[in-house]
Amino acid sequence: MSFFARFAQNRGALVGLIILWAIIAMALLAPVLFPDSPWRMVQRPFLAPFEQPGFWLGTDTMGRNVASGLMHGAWVSLLIGLVSTMVALAIGVPIGALAGYYGGLVDDGLMRFTEFFQTIPNFALAIVLVAIMQPSVTSIVLAIAIVSWPPVARLVRAEFLSLRHREYVEAARLVGQSNLTIILRQILPNTLSPIIVLASLMVATAILLESALSFLGLGDPNVMSWGYMIGAARTVIRQAWWLSFFPGVAILLTVLALNLVGEGLDDALNPKLARER
Amino acid sequence: MLYARLILMRLLKAAIVLLMIIVFNFVLIQLAPGDPASILAGEAGAADEAFIAQLREQFGLDQPMYVQLWQYVSGIATLDFGYSYRQQMPVLDLILDRLPATLLLTGTAFVLSLGLGILAGSMAAMRVKKASGSLIMALALVFYATPLFWVALMAVVLFSVYLDWLPAYGMFTVGANLDGLAFAWDVAKHLVLPATTLGLFFMAIYTRMTRTSMLDAAQQDFVKTAKAKGLHPRLIQRRHILRNALLPIITLAGLQAGQMVGGAILTETVFAWPGIGRLMYEALMQRDYNLLLGIFFFSSALVIAFNIITDLVYRLADPRIKGAA
Repeated sequence: MSFFARFAQNRGALVGLIILWAIIAMALLAPVLFPDSPWRMVQRPFLAPFEQPGFWLGTDTMGRNVASGLMHGAWVSLLIGLVSTMVALAIGVPIGALAGYYGGLVDDGLMRFTEFFQTIPNFALAIVLVAIMQPSVTSIVLAIAIVSWPPVARLVRAEFLSLRHREYVEAARLVGQSNLTIILRQILPNTLSPIIVLASLMVATAILLESALSFLGLGDPNVMSWGYMIGAARTVIRQAWWLSFFPGVAILLTVLALNLVGEGLDDALNPKLARER
Repeated sequence: MLYARLILMRLLKAAIVLLMIIVFNFVLIQLAPGDPASILAGEAGAADEAFIAQLREQFGLDQPMYVQLWQYVSGIATLDFGYSYRQQMPVLDLILDRLPATLLLTGTAFVLSLGLGILAGSMAAMRVKKASGSLIMALALVFYATPLFWVALMAVVLFSVYLDWLPAYGMFTVGANLDGLAFAWDVAKHLVLPATTLGLFFMAIYTRMTRTSMLDAAQQDFVKTAKAKGLHPRLIQRRHILRNALLPIITLAGLQAGQMVGGAILTETVFAWPGIGRLMYEALMQRDYNLLLGIFFFSSALVIAFNIITDLVYRLADPRIKGAA
């Protein structure tokens, strides 16, 4: 059975993929449909949704178009989710690979280091990091990466531990390949499937983290994001529920879609382990 | 004997982690933009020169780095978290003042979510191939994917604004001067929304954990034996599978304590619940870094303590586990 056929067997994963494509389309079409900055005031404030053509989702406290903010926000959420996951992989994969490959003292040291980061409450750490570094896309990406790499390191370590004494690795050692070559060319490619599955779930968590940070006022002041929209509308929730409602639905759908796709990838990449469902 | 040594080992490990967090905090203060003295003063460089100079001397910022680090570490070791110049109170007093509210909220949410999560998860595990089982798992996935702060806000809109059933803000009615049972009832009413919102996310996690754990336990040999003995399937589910699935769930639940801190920050912010999370939000708004780092350290310490307790309870409950920390 092909990769996609296995993926498509999981109905939820297909639904997730469709939602995800819709959100990517939103992000890409934002500059086309709403070429103006989402920060611009374009109508009277507190315009309710479905009242005025062109402003189907209403306007916010400052008269900014909610639909425009929603579409531009999609870009920011996906970007931060994706980049921070990449950075987390760049930290976690080498640490896990070294710990699992060399074992012994190297393993002990690196795992104590990983445990340290796993023990600290991660959202509190992210808040402190962004507050100290000052809110910007870079500091948010770094903070999210710093709190989310430990599971990657643990996963990669476990994979390396189970693979490092396989016959093909011993064979590579016998023909005189260097440790670096064995790690990069022999073992790492065989750990890719679980890493990909974990990464897709991490993008979802990163988007949730980013929205929570922006909600608390720790978003980049120059970019429109879903979390910021909800946070800014919090004080007027009694008068204008729609200002918080729509961005929240957008976050929910994105995170849900990524989780569903992640489960589908798990089924497709690890057919032997496919769980009963 | 072995047990006492185990506790000692865990405490030693915890002390090392806490020491690392203190050093980490110290490095963060050094990394922050601007003068550490102005950060400790809670000012973004706008305080007057004489005050800053006095602070610099008071905190020994004219000393070499290692002396400063030593002073910082020994300060926290003697429970001196410094002073919040914004709130005009020692950081420790501020934290201890808010601690009971947070413990009440997170404790309620924890018990609620663990109980309901185990119930929903075991129901889903017993109905693996039925629609009702899938429905439970679909709901758990939705709650898992929903931003906590958004659920909180929507709960306020629905239950407080439109239905007017429950109070949305604070921990008790201000100015009502209730006492005894009336006060407890008042607090309980204020607790419903925050505890439920915070609990929903964790309930989703525990539901998924319970289902996996039960399906794993169902594969064990003793279940086959029980089936072979001809026991009623319901009895096997309850006595054999659930009991054995429960222990790993409790350990995993203990590991979620760090997540609970993050959830508490968001929930307390939305519901104006006067706990440590809300205090952290206030510190954030006022850029009160001294208070912020104090709360960060304190909440980490709480999580570590909670982890040790769950670990010890686990070992007490399951005598099969004997081994070093």
